[in-house]
Amino acid sequence: MNLHAIKAIYVFELARTWRTLFQSIAGPVISTSLYFIVFGTAIGGRFASVEGVSYGAFLVPGLVMMSVLTESVSNASFGIYMPRYSGTIYEVLSAPISAFETVIGYVGAAATKSVILGTLILLTARLFVDFSIGHPFWMVAFLVLTSVAFSLLGFILGIWANGWEKLQIVPMLIVTPLAFLGGSFYSIGMLPPFWQKIALFNPIVYLVSGFRWSFYGAADVPVVLSLAMTALLLAICLAVVWWIFRTGYKLKN
Amino acid sequence: MQPIIEIRGLEKTYASGFQALKGIDLDIRRGEILALLGPNGAGKTTLISIVCGIVRATSGSVTVDGHDIVRDWRAARSLIGLVPQELTTEAFESVWATVSFSRGLFGKPSNPALIERILKDLSLWDKKDTKVMALSGGMKRRVLIAKALSHEPSILFLDEPTAGVDVELRRGMWEMIGRLRDSGVTIILTTHYIEEAEEMADSIGVISGGRIILVEEKAALMEKLGKRLLTLQLQNPLNAIPAELADYPLTLSAGGRELVYRFDTQQERTGIAGLLRKLGDHGINYTNLRTEESSLEEIFVSLVRERA
Ligand SMILES: Nc1ncnc2c1ncn2[C@@H]1O[C@H](COP(=O)(O)OP(=O)(O)O)[C@@H](O)[C@H]1O
Ligand SMILES: [Mg+2]
Repeated sequence: MNLHAIKAIYVFELARTWRTLFQSIAGPVISTSLYFIVFGTAIGGRFASVEGVSYGAFLVPGLVMMSVLTESVSNASFGIYMPRYSGTIYEVLSAPISAFETVIGYVGAAATKSVILGTLILLTARLFVDFSIGHPFWMVAFLVLTSVAFSLLGFILGIWANGWEKLQIVPMLIVTPLAFLGGSFYSIGMLPPFWQKIALFNPIVYLVSGFRWSFYGAADVPVVLSLAMTALLLAICLAVVWWIFRTGYKLKN
Repeated sequence: MQPIIEIRGLEKTYASGFQALKGIDLDIRRGEILALLGPNGAGKTTLISIVCGIVRATSGSVTVDGHDIVRDWRAARSLIGLVPQELTTEAFESVWATVSFSRGLFGKPSNPALIERILKDLSLWDKKDTKVMALSGGMKRRVLIAKALSHEPSILFLDEPTAGVDVELRRGMWEMIGRLRDSGVTIILTTHYIEEAEEMADSIGVISGGRIILVEEKAALMEKLGKRLLTLQLQNPLNAIPAELADYPLTLSAGGRELVYRFDTQQERTGIAGLLRKLGDHGINYTNLRTEESSLEEIFVSLVRERA
């Protein structure tokens, strides 16, 4: 195991966040605050409560999830796309470092950022609404697993993309809409029956539901299903990454 | 002694169907500077990229200090430093951070004293906190060299290290490469500046169209393939070569004041003694004589032309 290499990549990638602190952290924190002001305060007053939780508090897990999903994908995809684009990837390819170690370095850094970001959003949210975390262990578990799964997805995207447009288009056209429709702002139970069935095809519904369960104990789908979905996403992403490195897809001629 | 790098039957066909390497066999001796000389598109970068693990070979094998680059890739790669042809650098990182990163990537614990020495050797010390993108091309090249040296490789590949580097810096780089060789590092550099190979290399490999045309020690190569010129300064200018000397490959230069004789060093008898006797017989007196060797450039051009 080339631990020095993993550390080098990890530290290097986190240093990039530090340099771009504003985009990486401040941006999502500010936009979350805006969501709270608009939805939680302005609109939230009209909803008494959702599933026995005040609307403001109900929003918190969904908003955290939404930011974590989109930022994981964009951070991880950028992290690996950048060296491919600039050509500095040659160094990683020529180094005595395995595919697995490379992934731990890049994905680990992206996931770490997401976890930090999620925590910051939670702290920000606390300024606006009162909420409690019923199952802190599961809350952390969902946060970490989701960050890792979507950072892996971002990593795959960063390897697949051969232009900046493609790099933007997947988060914009797939991840963000699915996150919006994934029950961040409402309970699936509030939808008409037909749309409830459709919603169940959206994997993000399971993630948001499980995460919300870890706060308030109420969920749209059984929490076991949420866990299974998280594990499934992780497994699929790991398999694709494994295949990429095995075949050298887009990395080696 | 076992060669530090052994390449056997190496072939590369790119996805486009283009065959860039057509069966390369090459041994690189420990501690030498090998210059791979070849025109653009000869396959130099492809060859290096395969040895370094960046490009997959289609067939053939490479061992680095006894380690197969596919089966025993970790050991093989740890020994190699690569300075790529393109100036590919991190834009936003400081010089210090990017060089330290390379050391970590190659599995070495951090060693600030060593990085400091490398940066000082490459005249980059005062730029250590500068962002790489703010550096000139020559400095970026040196940053790439510093990155490659940061993990103390025993083999260093330099892919056209002096391309686009001005003459003064080129000299400095040659000196640094010489010092590295003296410290025991095996160096493989590619170039299409023949001057560079002539100046620095111990051995010269000529590659063209994906094939190694020859590999020789430089001195032996010049000896074997070089033509020498004997130039005689004449006391009295001649208008034409006298008919009696028609058997010799002679030319007149400097307005008839110099007589130039071309001879092949490979032949046992150069014919110089006979020529000088004949000149005396015909009353052609000379005040001075000198010999010159043909340059590597002439050798190279004639070689590549021969194979084309
Ligand atoms: N990725 C690639 N796909 C297809 N052909 C390539 C690729 N890379 C290099 N080549 C071709 O292979 C040949 C050798 O290239 P290269 O090894 O870069 O030569 P050199 O370094 O000697 O100039 C060239 O004709 C080049 O166009
Ligand atoms: Mg080249």
